[in-house]
Amino acid sequence: MSNDLLIKGGRVIDPLAKIDKELDLLISDGKITRIADNIENQDVMQVIDADGKIVMPGLIDMHTHLREPGYEYKEDIQSGTKAAAMGGFTAVACMPNTEPPCDNDSVVSNILEIAQRHGSVKVYPIGAVTKGRAGKQLSEMGEMRKAGAVAFSDDGSPVANAEILRCAMEYLKSFDATIIDHPEDMALSENGQVNYGLISTMLGLKGIPREAEEIIVARDILITNLTKGRLHLAHISTKGALNLIRQAKSNGLNVTCEVTPHHLVLTEDYVWKTGYDTNTKVNPPLRTQEDVESLRVALSDGTIDVIATDHAPHHLDDKWVEFDYAAFGISGLETAVPLVIDKLVIPGIIDWMRMAEIMSSNPAKILGVPGGTLQEGCVADVTIIDPERERSVDPRFFMSKGQNTPFTGWRLTGAPYATIVNGKTVMLDGRLV
Amino acid sequence: MSLQGKDLLTLQELSQEDMELILSTARSLKEILSRPIKKVPTLRGKVVCTLFYEPSTRTRTSFELAAKYMSADTVSIATSTSSVQKGETLADTARNLAVMGIDLVIMRHSVSGSCHFLARVLDIPVVNAGDGMHEHPTQGLLDIFTILDYKPRIKGLKVAILGDIAHSRVARSNIYGLTKMGAEVSVAGPSTLLPPEIEALGVRAFCHPEEAVEGADVVYVLRLQLERQSNSLFPSKREYQDFFGLDRQMLAYAKEDAIIMHPGPMNRGIEITTDIADSPRSVILDQVTNGVAIRMAVLYLILGGRE
Repeated sequence: MSNDLLIKGGRVIDPLAKIDKELDLLISDGKITRIADNIENQDVMQVIDADGKIVMPGLIDMHTHLREPGYEYKEDIQSGTKAAAMGGFTAVACMPNTEPPCDNDSVVSNILEIAQRHGSVKVYPIGAVTKGRAGKQLSEMGEMRKAGAVAFSDDGSPVANAEILRCAMEYLKSFDATIIDHPEDMALSENGQVNYGLISTMLGLKGIPREAEEIIVARDILITNLTKGRLHLAHISTKGALNLIRQAKSNGLNVTCEVTPHHLVLTEDYVWKTGYDTNTKVNPPLRTQEDVESLRVALSDGTIDVIATDHAPHHLDDKWVEFDYAAFGISGLETAVPLVIDKLVIPGIIDWMRMAEIMSSNPAKILGVPGGTLQEGCVADVTIIDPERERSVDPRFFMSKGQNTPFTGWRLTGAPYATIVNGKTVMLDGRLV
Repeated sequence: MSLQGKDLLTLQELSQEDMELILSTARSLKEILSRPIKKVPTLRGKVVCTLFYEPSTRTRTSFELAAKYMSADTVSIATSTSSVQKGETLADTARNLAVMGIDLVIMRHSVSGSCHFLARVLDIPVVNAGDGMHEHPTQGLLDIFTILDYKPRIKGLKVAILGDIAHSRVARSNIYGLTKMGAEVSVAGPSTLLPPEIEALGVRAFCHPEEAVEGADVVYVLRLQLERQSNSLFPSKREYQDFFGLDRQMLAYAKEDAIIMHPGPMNRGIEITTDIADSPRSVILDQVTNGVAIRMAVLYLILGGRE
């Protein structure tokens, strides 16, 4: 029994089993073996006192950039998964815009091998839809699926055109995987830096209209209707896109979508208020208050399925430059949970059950990976949350190599307390184990 | 001296009080330009650096002469002949210059917000000589100064700004400066060259230039920034001239004593016809002269020299 782990006294949340109750959780050999009132602490090797804490199925971030292979100076699988563990995530899916791009099975295998050796949490590679992410020719998605890719995306860019998307969606029916599309009309957004509107006018920066996102969302939904395939839309940021998605869902299409914590919390004004801080430069850009409010509504009404970070770590060299030259992206793994708790759970926009659903159960379901529940016999991926812990965001202490966050100095209530992967504690009380 | 040691990055953030301080200081310094010996010792021992990431004739010369007339030493970095060509970053270039003892940097850059960035990198004052499509504060000040040579006050004046508003830092600085001092500002051009929600800055926007020029006291023509245009903003220079350029016909909508301004360099025959540019109502060269006085005032007030 010495491998056992007992989590005692926490409030257990399980969206699939519909549990919200103070229970104990016993883990053996990487599986949840018992979930009950007051499990006796017999001969258990490790006990975590979860009194006053929230115990939920391990959080899964289905949209990260781990940068390996190719951009290890920004992040690598080791540092990125440490950041995930610190942030309360038991698994991350990583996007294929690496160098070389993850567009064939050997890159997929390579990522999985490195993750096996150096990863703190589970890593699920996402393969490129097209060779070289160039939008011309389908990549060997079947081989990549066999090697362990969980989904397909040309993220960083949209799938190039409606015909490629149609073919990819049809073809993937043989391999049971979802297309994750990055909705951006590249002609409309070309050279854009911030949201199109008063702020772009005041800053003298080229604006990216919300329609750049909505055009591709609309295209993708129409192609999904044509193929009856599966579509997941990445980092939705506008009210108009949500309306299109809401309608697609009510028409019964297999469309899901995600939103990032920063789009739920920040508006374009922040670029202005910080005097062109390049840490506010992100794609899609920070939008208006109206968009933020509709994202929050969509989060509670079910239009949004997932919160994902779009963790985009960058080196200081890529950000400590003129605004137009700075890279897009926010290092998000280590601020996501505190932001979600402080800005969404505590104010009552979502409850703990909904949080577990959109950060664990739904991503597990969309990617077709284990987890998302705490039922007996299931994999022991568990996240424990301290809802009262108050901390200031300080990127100097990030595990991620990317210190690019616009949240420096924010005092946030709520933090991950423990991250447990396959029954093994990888983070406890803010320290990696 | 409330500007001492500070940056001058925008007119938007500059108080009306500080604007008037610069204008009145320039008014008294302007006299130096007409002296036989154009040199006062005010800034002796100070070093100012012009760091230009974009070509410039007027602004750069104007700043350098302003510094020299007050006995400051000047160094000029043109990026086309500097280590920027070897890939040195702005932050590194600036820090290297600063440790050689420079007291103030004047920068022009093609990217909006670059002067804000430079101000974060450096401890010494930064003066914005034009950042991308954002602001050109000393241009705004010299334009207001020039208007005041011809009109008793800014408050209540009708000012029409014509042309490429979207890409113009001159337009933005003038909008902020003029509206702060009470002018009624209209902007006009093809709608492709009007930035979104511009009216929220307190101006009226028109896509028929005549409507903006109607009854104007000042007609301000912007340079069509051909280098910043994409293919689809307007079809041809010919068509632009025909519908949006300032010619006699369009000028007829303005008040009879309206003055004509342009920040230079002019595209003659495109945004403005030569007869108007060279007419007695044109104050375009006055703007250039006044630019030196304004920049003397700015350097004087920031570097805190004493007579």
